[in-house]
Amino acid sequence: MSEPKWDLTRLGEWKAEEFPLGAVIPEAGNSQYYRTGGWRSERPVRDPKVCTQCLLCWIVCPDAAIRVAEEKIADDTFDYDHCKGCGVCANECPVDAITMVPEGCELTEAEKDA
Amino acid sequence: MPEQKTIAATGNIFVAEAMRQCAPDVMAAYPITPQTTIVEEYAKFVAQGKVHTEYVTVESEHSAMSACVGASAAGARVMTATSSQGLALMWEELHIASGMRLPIVMANANRALSAPINIHCDHSDVMGARDTGWVILFAETAQEAYDNTIVACRVAEDPDVLLPVMTCLDGFITTHSIDRGQTIDDETVKAFVGERKPDYALLDTANPVSHGSFAGLGGPFFEFKRSQRDAIDRSKPVVERVGAEWSKIVGRPFGLIETWGLEDADVAVVVIGSSAGNARHVARQLRAEGGTKAAVVKIRCFRPFPAAELAAALKGMKAVAVLDRAESFGAEGGPLFLETRSALYDLERRVPVVNYIYGLGGADVKLELMRRVYSDLSDIASGAAAAEGLRYLGAR
Amino acid sequence: MQQLTEIRWHARAGQGAVTAAKLVADTALELDQYIQAMPEYGPERMGAPIQAFTRLSAAPIEIHCNIEDPNVVVVLDESLLPIVDVARGLTADGTIIVNTCKTPEEIRRELGIDHGHVATVDASGISLATLKRDIPNTPMIGALAKVTGLFTLEQVADHLRKSFGKKFTAEVVDANVESVTRAYREVAAA
Repeated sequence: MSEPKWDLTRLGEWKAEEFPLGAVIPEAGNSQYYRTGGWRSERPVRDPKVCTQCLLCWIVCPDAAIRVAEEKIADDTFDYDHCKGCGVCANECPVDAITMVPEGCELTEAEKDA
Repeated sequence: MPEQKTIAATGNIFVAEAMRQCAPDVMAAYPITPQTTIVEEYAKFVAQGKVHTEYVTVESEHSAMSACVGASAAGARVMTATSSQGLALMWEELHIASGMRLPIVMANANRALSAPINIHCDHSDVMGARDTGWVILFAETAQEAYDNTIVACRVAEDPDVLLPVMTCLDGFITTHSIDRGQTIDDETVKAFVGERKPDYALLDTANPVSHGSFAGLGGPFFEFKRSQRDAIDRSKPVVERVGAEWSKIVGRPFGLIETWGLEDADVAVVVIGSSAGNARHVARQLRAEGGTKAAVVKIRCFRPFPAAELAAALKGMKAVAVLDRAESFGAEGGPLFLETRSALYDLERRVPVVNYIYGLGGADVKLELMRRVYSDLSDIASGAAAAEGLRYLGAR
Repeated sequence: MQQLTEIRWHARAGQGAVTAAKLVADTALELDQYIQAMPEYGPERMGAPIQAFTRLSAAPIEIHCNIEDPNVVVVLDESLLPIVDVARGLTADGTIIVNTCKTPEEIRRELGIDHGHVATVDASGISLATLKRDIPNTPMIGALAKVTGLFTLEQVADHLRKSFGKKFTAEVVDANVESVTRAYREVAAA
């Protein structure tokens, strides 16, 4: 993730004259700086043994939070800084390789096997 | 001083000519009486190759202003024209244009709003849009409509302002009357208005930006509105400065307010638009007859409102009449009255102010009606009558 | 030219009163006069009674309202006389010019006025003879020039040649100039 061109750390204290004219956002692709991972109540977990690498989850993810490396779903699958836990990936997975797990819970070995 | 050409033409033709000389990149327009001949004449300029404007014909005024907003955000110089119901249909985009700080210039042919249906002059349309964040200029004559259009272009694009500007002229009375006036050569106008240099243009692909962003609860919406208020406040000296610069070139006056007979007047009339001449004409007659010594104060720039200038002009008057060509139903009086009385509130000595609603739906502003106003003012000044009540001038 | 001349035109929509009001204003502009010309706009159709106004002055004109007390009234269609009070507000020494075959005396009786001047001219007849169509507006300008002395015949003809010359054939321009000339000569006043 690259660094933003403007320092947004004090955004909440900006005075009227500090904002760009007309509410223009003078930098494209800046949504990466906004971490939406904290919105999650359930997080997706992928079972690599079941996954067929169809990449459908990568296509449907509305937040581009599924990582792909060398045309395959990466081992470090989810970008939890930006995944909002919407569950679209789990819902769309044709082989049920993705499970939504309540935040704060770990899967038991039995659940992983199932 | 550059050579000027004296011509006889309608106010709308003067406006179209001024727009051609400002050479906007985009015009998006929808016809509506009595504005139509502006965009019709402009379409001819485009067809004849006299301008290189992208002329966008749209299906409504809502679309016209939407297209203007898009084009202006893209970095273009944009102009359009409308009237009455058309301006009303643009309402939401008027706020968007000013909030996005887009320097669009729009002529408005002042016309009544339905119902009942009426195509003639009053200021209900523009007064309904007075809080939309646009700079608003008014013309008394076709000549002023020409001058205001060119001044508006510079004011809108001034880096201290960057707000849309509406230039208003009275429907039919100014838009369709053939009047004598002067136009100046294209080169002078071109040099005067210069080129638009946008800070954030959508078409600048090397520097991609987002326009039309969200600023919700807890976000900076409040601060954005504050910066918009600062911008329109800053526009006041800019209107004065640009107006003075234009005035020097063409040799015609340009002021936020324009006063007549102020020096020794006991009473004054405050008025907007084409009726200002009627007020001056009768005031002059009365002075010649040895009657009331009246002044006339014309508001040329309504937004930002020249409150301090107005207070300075009217200070010490024994009675003031404010003439409103629009209603503000349920309020203490018409919009100009509310502004004027508020402007006078901080004066040490109270100035009695009385309000007349006049000329709605094009009702003829007969000279005898103006006489009645001055006669009432004399009575108020002498203490024979009280400055009270909303008066419908000339209504049966 | 006096300080301010106010002309009110009465016609039926389509008879060219607006064009005439503008032509008179343009002619005056060439003489460096200040001018104003405006129709009373409305949703009129062909044949509906309309009014138009022209103001001429040596000084700038600052009033913007209809003409209530005209110095001159021009009536392009005599069928309006029974239905429109064309003489309304006519100044004491004002002039009313009517397109008709009747004499000024007959028209004065019809109007029921005993002040001002009444002039008549068969502008429709002249128009039919010269332009082959009933467009009485241009001949009425010839009559107006003669009766009021606002313009000379040459000034009117020169302006017609200039403005019509841009749009029409020489034949049409000549016919218009002839119609103005005939009306200038044939108008009768009393």
